[in-house]
Amino acid sequence: MTSLDIKVDYLARVEGEGGIVVKVVDGAVQDIRVNIWEPPRFFQGFLVGRRYEDVPDITARICGICPVAHLMASTQAIEDAFGIVPSPQTARLRTLLTLSQYIQSHTLHIYMLQLPDYLGYESAIAMASEYGPVVKRALRMKKVGNDFTALIGGREIHPVTSVVNGFTRVPTKAELLEMRSKLTSIKEDALATVKLVSSLKLPDFEPDTEHVALYDPDSYPVNGRRLRSTKGLDIDVSEYRSHIKERQVAHSNTLHSYIEGRGSFLVGPLARLNLNHERLSEDAQKALASTELKLPCFNPFAGIVARAVEIVHAIDESVRIIDSLDPMPEPPGAVAPKAGTGYGVSEAPRGTLYHSYRFDSEGAVSKADIVAPTSHNLSNMEKDLWAFVPSTLHMTQQEAELKCEMVIRNYDPCISCSCH
Amino acid sequence: MTKPRVAIFKFASCSGCQLVFLNCEDELLDIVGALDIAYFPEAKRENLSGPYDIAFVEGAITSPEDVERILEIRKQSHTLVAIGACACTGGLPSLKNWKRLSWIKKEVYPNPDWVESLETAYGVDAYVRVDGYLKGCPIGKAELLEFVTSALMNRAPNLRAHAVCVECKLKEVVCLLTHEGAPCMGPVTSAGCGATCPSNGRACYGCYGPSNDPNVASMGEIFESLGLPRSAIVRKFRYFAGTQEAFKKGAELYD
Repeated sequence: MTSLDIKVDYLARVEGEGGIVVKVVDGAVQDIRVNIWEPPRFFQGFLVGRRYEDVPDITARICGICPVAHLMASTQAIEDAFGIVPSPQTARLRTLLTLSQYIQSHTLHIYMLQLPDYLGYESAIAMASEYGPVVKRALRMKKVGNDFTALIGGREIHPVTSVVNGFTRVPTKAELLEMRSKLTSIKEDALATVKLVSSLKLPDFEPDTEHVALYDPDSYPVNGRRLRSTKGLDIDVSEYRSHIKERQVAHSNTLHSYIEGRGSFLVGPLARLNLNHERLSEDAQKALASTELKLPCFNPFAGIVARAVEIVHAIDESVRIIDSLDPMPEPPGAVAPKAGTGYGVSEAPRGTLYHSYRFDSEGAVSKADIVAPTSHNLSNMEKDLWAFVPSTLHMTQQEAELKCEMVIRNYDPCISCSCH
Repeated sequence: MTKPRVAIFKFASCSGCQLVFLNCEDELLDIVGALDIAYFPEAKRENLSGPYDIAFVEGAITSPEDVERILEIRKQSHTLVAIGACACTGGLPSLKNWKRLSWIKKEVYPNPDWVESLETAYGVDAYVRVDGYLKGCPIGKAELLEFVTSALMNRAPNLRAHAVCVECKLKEVVCLLTHEGAPCMGPVTSAGCGATCPSNGRACYGCYGPSNDPNVASMGEIFESLGLPRSAIVRKFRYFAGTQEAFKKGAELYD
């Protein structure tokens, strides 16, 4: 087969509403489009005029799967604008909250959204009869991740305790220790997950790609402000807009990000591993070494392995923080709004998330600028398809279609997020 | 008994309410055993066309295509359930209703004409008949399970219409409004969350929308007595459910 005409109107097993179009005529790729038809909600428009204290709760609603990342990025941006430095306890609770989301979201993506493609099922539900223990393992891990988010955040989806300059409720040591034992109870499951995904036959595909992630010399960062790339980008978050731009294309309600002077790039677990793997937990490094994944790796299909390794890290790092934390009741600190601009970045499970706000002297938003991981990745998804599609020309239409969908699912897209 | 044929649809939303289905980790295998999940693109690749016994609809209606889709879904569905603030009241997307579309489009897009959107975002019942509402942002797991159970048992679901205050009393949560002077929306907000915010030291911000027959005028007066400026009181009512008559009235008293 030298021609191919793929039109998937509604991509399944991704968050949100989008499709793909692939057209190949006589062996030449003619058209590739990731159509994002998700209706935009215009957060950046209706945030204008709202006061700072509503902003984290509003922006959390950009995404039901990664609300914590939006809470973290927006809160950091607000605190940056007002010159607030939260307490060390708040910083550590935020790290725990962020890591809890990795466990839930990565498990969901690996087992329920990606694995059915590799095992030949239409869904994890359909897998349940043949792969009962595997599905039950996923549910076990996901539940602990959700319980963890609920403990720190008060609720699994759209947590409520995290506010500007603190938490309205701090968990007790006893609650944290109970969570510690739940976390250690899924450690074997997390290692089994690494083993499972490293046994999958991943397509051989290594496109030339720039990977971007938060960087920190002392940790595997999830919240922070220094961004690095595998091609030399090294900036403070306040310089973001001098380097990373967006363009609008007619077939997508989500804007396409690019690095000025270079082009598309990839964010997400694989980029984080490439840039920060030396600072993974010891067991996560061992788990990584047991796989065939050799870093640096630019095969987007290897994202599933990176995701599994990050679950191990999230468990270990959370246990380490819990052991070092003697939580004290601590009401949220004072907030004195002032005019100015602030910036914040959080590594959402699916990649780098950027928030920036300009405030007036009363603390009301006068400008909001939010770029979600899937906006960062969208242009690169299309670039991957341009490079990948020729390798599908020997396949049946059905096989080629599935493989193209898998190229997109590699990114764990969160389309609602991207098209906020 | 044949299994009810179920569909889960998404409009302008964050997918958080759909995720509540998958977050029922302890019950999920029972749920998929008791229901025939025919359409759920976020979790399945093989999605089947209607008719459906129950359609769960997430998201606000905010584009011309949305309107066509929801009309068709109504035709295909015996019972249509709005899930979450967006589908019940327009939720946060409805905040755009108080700004000019042409302006908010320009805040986001260099080429605003390429993007089609309606001037407003409303809940599903602005366009079609809705048979049931699961409120909240996001919906509560307990309410979802109660709804599914009631559908399987062919009885009316036991959903709450009283205010969050009742849940605080049941949980013995000390009242934030009277004891700390926190501007809590609990007295006028529908219960169902189990008083999530107050039991975590936070004033309710009204994500479930108005309770039955709420006294918004009195609520506004209490906020005034706590020293809230008029603009802040407007924002309290014009938040997750500013499109609903009661909260619309509350906001207009101070706008």
